[in-house]
Amino acid sequence: MDLTPHLPALQVIVPMLSAPLIVLLKPRGLAWAGATAVALLSFAVALNMAIAISDGAHYRYDMGGWAAPYGIELSVGAFSSLILLIVTGAAATALLAGRASIDSQIEPDRQPMFYAAWLLALAGLAGIAVSADAFNIFVFMEISSLASYVLIAGGPNRRALPAVFKYLVMGTIGATFYLIGVGLVYMMTGTLNLADMEARVGAVDDINPILVAAGFITIGLALKAAVFPLHVWLPNAYTHSPHMVTVFLAACATKVAIYVLIRFDFFVFQSNFDWHGSHFSSFLMPLGLLGILVASAVAMFEGHIKRLLAMSSVAQIGYIILGASFVTQDGLTASAAHLFNHALAKGGLFLAIAALACHYDDLRLDRLAGAARSMPWTSAALAICGFSLVGVPGTAGFISKWLLIDAALDQGPFAWLLVLIILASSLMALAYVWRIVETLYKKPAVVQPSSAGEAPLELLLITWLIALANIGFGLFPQFPLNLASAAAELLMGHAL
Amino acid sequence: MIIVFALFLLTLLVITALAIVQTTNLFVAVMLTSIFSLLMASNFFILDAADVALTEAAVGAGITTVIFLAALMLTTEHEKPHLSRRKLNTVVITILASLIIYATFDKPRLGDPDAPVHQHLAPWYLEKTPEYMDFPNVVTAILGSFRGYDTLGEVFVVFAACIGVLFILGVKPPEGSTYNPYRSGLKHHLIPQVVGRLLIPFLVLFGLYVQFHGEYSPGGGFQAGALIASAIILYALLEGEAAALRAVPRSVLLGLVIGGATLYGGVGVVCILMGGNFLEYTVLLDNPVAAQQTGIILIEAGVGMAVCGALLSIFHAFAARPMRV
Repeated sequence: MDLTPHLPALQVIVPMLSAPLIVLLKPRGLAWAGATAVALLSFAVALNMAIAISDGAHYRYDMGGWAAPYGIELSVGAFSSLILLIVTGAAATALLAGRASIDSQIEPDRQPMFYAAWLLALAGLAGIAVSADAFNIFVFMEISSLASYVLIAGGPNRRALPAVFKYLVMGTIGATFYLIGVGLVYMMTGTLNLADMEARVGAVDDINPILVAAGFITIGLALKAAVFPLHVWLPNAYTHSPHMVTVFLAACATKVAIYVLIRFDFFVFQSNFDWHGSHFSSFLMPLGLLGILVASAVAMFEGHIKRLLAMSSVAQIGYIILGASFVTQDGLTASAAHLFNHALAKGGLFLAIAALACHYDDLRLDRLAGAARSMPWTSAALAICGFSLVGVPGTAGFISKWLLIDAALDQGPFAWLLVLIILASSLMALAYVWRIVETLYKKPAVVQPSSAGEAPLELLLITWLIALANIGFGLFPQFPLNLASAAAELLMGHAL
Repeated sequence: MIIVFALFLLTLLVITALAIVQTTNLFVAVMLTSIFSLLMASNFFILDAADVALTEAAVGAGITTVIFLAALMLTTEHEKPHLSRRKLNTVVITILASLIIYATFDKPRLGDPDAPVHQHLAPWYLEKTPEYMDFPNVVTAILGSFRGYDTLGEVFVVFAACIGVLFILGVKPPEGSTYNPYRSGLKHHLIPQVVGRLLIPFLVLFGLYVQFHGEYSPGGGFQAGALIASAIILYALLEGEAAALRAVPRSVLLGLVIGGATLYGGVGVVCILMGGNFLEYTVLLDNPVAAQQTGIILIEAGVGMAVCGALLSIFHAFAARPMRV
């Protein structure tokens, strides 16, 4: 039996339907093994589709056999495929590397539920990426959000609870805004399918509800994506969550929201209203620029290594938003490429931090001084990923920064200002990454680690794999770049 | 006449909402949200959305209130005063409310047959449901089959909420003097005992009716699960939590949740194995209409099991956490 046409559905239902069964796997280690196998299978599905899509394929699937717009349609093109790679890749690597780290942070009898929540988060994020239906996206947003609240609150750090409560409140407001927007569009068009909306929104005479809907959808998703200044939930949620959860969610959770934001906007609104493109840029470009500058500046003075990197994530989200706000082929390519490259760099950094956490209970930067002496391999991997985050030539981060500067140069009379801001913020990134590297390598140790030696082997190997991938995709960026430019082409094909 | 009544209900709704925002007593707030849901359910009913009304009444006014109260037992009754951001909040909410009201100026008139929502998809659903499913409740046809994938997603939202509560409240509570208010129930109160015992069998029976009659009248798995769960919660309140757990133990509840979610998903997978798309019930049997009906009955059973098990698990997770004195 040929499963190829079912791949978009399998991408979601395999992790989702495994989640209840994982709860039953009580014996020690079994739940981890099951969840890891499922996550690897999902990654294989995503990779399979990505390869076919870079050869020009496009997947469509009618759920329940009902044709769109009457039933729910799944649709996987270049953009969604890139997101799926990030989501499934992050989930699988974090699980493969994370057994020891999770064992030390989650009690054994609670682990089956933890892994079930992990698979639900994976299924929810993948479900958003494959869906071509506005309401279906909301349903899977709910699954992924609920599951990620559970994951973040799961660790031994009780400070995670107020952080997750804030995330829960803000996330619910974001999702509700999105739903209000979808409701208004439904009221005026009578459809929920995105392609059908695209075809019908243009024919609406009374435009005001659509305008308000665009506002609610953009702001709701920006809240979910932690676009500056709606990012206040993010730093604490990432700082206090279990280390492996930070690896998983920091690499992909906000990116899925950005994906929906860009996709919804280009497919439904930009394709129908010629003035919407300039609204989109004039709203998001300042936010992107402010986010880049303010968050980088805050990160430079941050004392806790996880919160430092969380603030840096806010700045990186700014780059992605900035690229999209140009509404050009080059800008969107840079954004899509940066989605991928930032996931690689940040995922690697948080993996290295999970490795450090095996021996250091306190992750404040001054307590980590001199860690490179007892953990040379971990520190080296951390440095490589850090340089990729800065955008040092030869690393993956350089590629997308370069594309972004290239795209910014086409932006009329103020291009020099944009380039200046990107360069300045890269220097700021260099400053905060250098601060970490300097602390690890140069400073005398303040605290003796709780036990000497390196992190567990599998964690170290995976961290290095990601670090090498940062260099590999810096030297040979064809595969992600092909997908990114195909994604940009797809989006620009809808913009007027 | 009906429009006057609807306006009256909507006015009450606004007053209740304002009162919820105003009060600092959380017990009062919970009771008011329950009233809010009841008013909302009546509004839905006036709009002829009987399925939604039933859900809102069972889940919003019923179960949610009980779970809120169970959570209140573990915290305090009074909200901590923090007035610093009150002004900012009021400004933001006023702006948002006026935006939504502005958007509704161009809304099609209520019940306008030419409105886009009545012109595009709805006629197709109304026309095809008798042909493909051969039963009168179009809402069940949409939720169970045409958009069955969304409903599957909703079941997993409930599942995620359930394991989330079990996972987070599963932490061992700190040792010390504790008191469990649910231990004895209301054994010594005669009137609730008599009335409650009379109600329970009817609640369960009504739940089963809503479950199995969902193709013909308003209702379905979600409402049925909530109704049956509320019957068992009532039993727990009357006889004590331990008695309810003896009748339906935790393992059975978790089994219901896992079994319900897996049953729903399993039907979809069987459809793939039999050569259809995911959740394409038509391939299940030779006769496509009977196949659609079978598929919908099976998945509705899955929904009912999962919702009932999840709501009861959440209730017990709260009730099992002893109050610190």
